[in-house]
Amino acid sequence: MDSKLKIKMRGLDVKVFYGGKGALHGITLDILENKVIALIGPSGCGKSTFLRCLNRMNDTIEGALVTGRILLDEEDIYDPSVDVVELRARVGMVFQKPNPFPKSIYENVAYGPRIHGLAKSRTELDEIVEQSLIKAGLFNEVKDRLHDVGTSLSGGQQQRLCIARAIAVSPEVILMDEPCSALDPIATAKIEELIDDLRRNYTIAIVTHSMQQAARVSQFTAMFHLGNLVEVGATDTIFTSPQEQRTQDYITGRFG
Amino acid sequence: MPTQHTVRSFDKELNCLSKKIAEMGTHAVHMVERSIIAIVHDDKKLAKQVIADDIFLDEAERKIDEEAILIIARRQPMAVDLREIIGAIRISVDLERIGDMGKNIAKRTAILSDVRQADPFYHGLEAFAALALKQLNEVLDAYACCSLGRIDAVREHDDEIDSMYTSLFRELLTYMLEDPCNITVCTHLLFCAKNIERIGDHATNIAETVHYVITGIYPALERPKDDQTYRLGAGK
Repeated sequence: MDSKLKIKMRGLDVKVFYGGKGALHGITLDILENKVIALIGPSGCGKSTFLRCLNRMNDTIEGALVTGRILLDEEDIYDPSVDVVELRARVGMVFQKPNPFPKSIYENVAYGPRIHGLAKSRTELDEIVEQSLIKAGLFNEVKDRLHDVGTSLSGGQQQRLCIARAIAVSPEVILMDEPCSALDPIATAKIEELIDDLRRNYTIAIVTHSMQQAARVSQFTAMFHLGNLVEVGATDTIFTSPQEQRTQDYITGRFG
Repeated sequence: MPTQHTVRSFDKELNCLSKKIAEMGTHAVHMVERSIIAIVHDDKKLAKQVIADDIFLDEAERKIDEEAILIIARRQPMAVDLREIIGAIRISVDLERIGDMGKNIAKRTAILSDVRQADPFYHGLEAFAALALKQLNEVLDAYACCSLGRIDAVREHDDEIDSMYTSLFRELLTYMLEDPCNITVCTHLLFCAKNIERIGDHATNIAETVHYVITGIYPALERPKDDQTYRLGAGK
């Protein structure tokens, strides 16, 4: 990879065990700043497991054990001194199914900044909410009904609300786990457009089952299979002439 | 290594494309062969057939274009599949042009018939065409069996075409210098030779495309260019 690019996060020999059973077998992978990296591979390959290691979401799963090191700006996020709540503010996450809180649109976005003490006044909080909704490309659609419940929005709008919620706490990295799989093509296009905008300020890792989406939104692609990293490289290369046979077979629909 | 797609009909579509390319290739070779026979043996009827045959390649090229576009729209192909489809589009263009070259040669049969010369005038062209067609056949074989080794062999022999073209050019120039009455026939034969030389270039293009389809990388652009005819004149 280009040496001018800064490494934002780095996984070093990351292994994950669920109840003693190995799910990831030693992944070493760099995530570059202000780039989108797509994690691809068949179901059960470990791509979501790896994504969840990046903000310690695996901590919440009983019997999960993570070994190896994961660095954020060269600091190990599994170090005992790390505050996990603060870590998850720096490394935000957007899930497959939009999951707004059963609260108003405004409250969905204001929740994070409030618990992290990011706003000193109501005016400041209003500003954060508005800016986050603008960045998530949702503000114009909801500005007249900020106090309606979040779940009243369409699926695509709910997903952008979740992105606004993630952005509101000023994260450095945004993890997305199949963020468009429950959305129609128009809503998907809006999210993809948004990912491209967000890249200027954030580092993004996205898990997707859509090869076309990975090819469209990412600059780097990492291919996982059976808990191993098969190949990582520039997206343009991976989708035109991958080096590994397994990658070729997967992206051309010849797998298994 | 799994060679088939999970979706079998995708394989069928790709096979259909390569089959069409093979058909175009056979047809193009046949057209050029017969155009040379027509010129050399003064066979105007055969020349007419060759000219009429060209439409097959025009239609086949268009058909390949249409099917390739449909496959791209339907399957959103990646990696080797994508390269194979783009390769088919490119190769069909080269083959269609080769057909045009054959047609152009055939068209000169009528005028050459009026100024018929002794056999030795045509031997050079015949041998030159045989060499270019050998190259073309090898490229088409390499395409059919995805053989990188054969492709490299074709590229290595590319300079033979150039040097043969230069010597044929020189030979025809000599005939013209000997007797101005030879100018008409030699000028037309020179154009035929130019067409054959172009066929060699198209064969090399196809070789490069096949190399790309197989490896994902284009071979180095620089290859020895031995065509010296641009320096040849009556006084040299």
